[in-house]
Amino acid sequence: MLTVELTKQQGDFSLSVQFKMTDSGVMALFGRSGCGKSTIVNLLAGLVSADSGYIKLDDNVLLDTTRRINQPPEHRRIGYVFQDARLFPHYNVEGNLRYGLQRNKQHSVRFQFDTVVQLLGLTPLLLRHTQHLSGGEKQRVALGRALLSQPRLLLLDEPLASLDGVHREELLPYLAEIRDELNIPMIYVSHQFDELLHLATEVLLLQHGQVITQGDLPAISRRPELRSLIGNDALGVVIEGQVQTIDHPSGLAQLAIGDAILNVNIGTLQTGQRLRVQLLARDLILATSMPHGLSVRNIIRGSIVSLTPDEPYAVLVNIDIGGATLVARITTVAASELHLRSGLPIWVLVKTVTLRGHVYPSINRLQQQLT
Amino acid sequence: MPNWLSLTATEIQALQLSVSIALRSVVFNLPIGIGIAWLLTRRRFPGRLFFDAIVHLPLVLPPVVIGYVLLMLLGIRSPIGAWLFDHFNIRLVFTSTGAAVATAVMSLPLMVRSIRIALEGVDRGLEQAARTLGASAMNCFCTVTLPLMLPGVLAGIVTAFSAGLGEFGAVITFVGNVPGETQTLPLALYSALQSPSGSSTAAHLATLSCLLGLTGLVLAEVLARSLRRHFGHTV
Repeated sequence: MLTVELTKQQGDFSLSVQFKMTDSGVMALFGRSGCGKSTIVNLLAGLVSADSGYIKLDDNVLLDTTRRINQPPEHRRIGYVFQDARLFPHYNVEGNLRYGLQRNKQHSVRFQFDTVVQLLGLTPLLLRHTQHLSGGEKQRVALGRALLSQPRLLLLDEPLASLDGVHREELLPYLAEIRDELNIPMIYVSHQFDELLHLATEVLLLQHGQVITQGDLPAISRRPELRSLIGNDALGVVIEGQVQTIDHPSGLAQLAIGDAILNVNIGTLQTGQRLRVQLLARDLILATSMPHGLSVRNIIRGSIVSLTPDEPYAVLVNIDIGGATLVARITTVAASELHLRSGLPIWVLVKTVTLRGHVYPSINRLQQQLT
Repeated sequence: MPNWLSLTATEIQALQLSVSIALRSVVFNLPIGIGIAWLLTRRRFPGRLFFDAIVHLPLVLPPVVIGYVLLMLLGIRSPIGAWLFDHFNIRLVFTSTGAAVATAVMSLPLMVRSIRIALEGVDRGLEQAARTLGASAMNCFCTVTLPLMLPGVLAGIVTAFSAGLGEFGAVITFVGNVPGETQTLPLALYSALQSPSGSSTAAHLATLSCLLGLTGLVLAEVLARSLRRHFGHTV
């Protein structure tokens, strides 16, 4: 368990946050650049000193300004993966990986050298010089180096930000693998919502150095504050469901979302897996009667909960589909032509190809691993 | 021509003495130089600019002034000089140790400048990374900072050593011109010029000094380059 209370004044910027985190999963610190995300992780690591605050990790008080406790970074046992890898240029890859391991041998070695090297696919890189690595490879080495220092908490400060699209996609599965296999709590700083879809089990939404809210991704995805951070185009409810059936001939998998069934592309899915999808508000089409003769594979029946005017010419429509709520963003003209009002039965149309599922372990599974 | 290559016993002695004094001055200067460079680069304290100026004073003062100041501070009748002699039986005036001290003071700014530039080039982010991986401040300095500034440190050593071979004014003022004890290359050259029959010795010694100086400077550059290549980044 991590308990955090911190204040810090930096010029005009003032940070004041409080939060707790459980022993597993990925907590994403999400917000605009300059909202204090990186300052928080630097404070946690002990690289920046707080004006006042309290940090407790497991049974260990790392910072308590009232009792003048402030453990230096090397005693905190918190791993840190920086945005810019920060590999030591005078060591090769193996030297970098062993740097932290050698300095933490007195602690029980939870993360073995061979395990980490294998998990991150670092074997072919071990003898390489760090300057000959690609951006993605550098970050994998940085990740391995941090894990091998036997941390109790892993901080990741926008580890994908310096990578281009291809390398980002390459690194994400490794991060998910660490989350699912290694059981180490992670704090993940990001300002890219799609990274959260992949990784986050919990989100801390930040603005101007304050915590707006803390919660799981589906809950956060419905918060109005989120929209100003991610923009209209990325707005959309995140829902989690279990893969019920896989239909190989059609290439579709059926996902149970509340009472409804959602068809998604089969990919590498397996029955029983938990999947997270985001239904973008701009992608949803509404119909007031059951439509026929359409190519769309997902026609979900629901009823309108409420309508919220959004900007001059748009309306946000909240729809209850039985156990889950969807949000659609349509034009004002469409809403008035269809006479949309709360309580009205409605059919929601979603094209299968617009849905990207992110396999996602349940919190339960993460907690089972712990025991 | 053959006697261009053969050195007389006095010349060899002066050469050996120069090398030994320059070496000792560098050994003496290295930890002090690293310490001062670190203070000037990483610490903010009152009087930092003044301290910086004091360290660099030998670059702009006539060396004779430095020799005179050393004589006043460390001479046998000064408090520090007397204390050193009474307690440790160390006498600096008229000894090669004294010559090494004078040389060290004169070459310290060269050493500090070189190390300081190297230290400023070390990415603080790498030090932060080392700390989060479990390295104490001292361990981080020894395993990350120092190796990364090594090219600059080595360049500083070679430059200070080369300059030390030829230190004249401060040495002759502080410890005199004693053959076999403090008569280094430039001092022997000076003595040779004073004697009517010394012109061939003077030419020998002057050529030798030039060669040593050139070798030192080229060596410093080669070292720095090869290390830069090895680390492949900006130091």
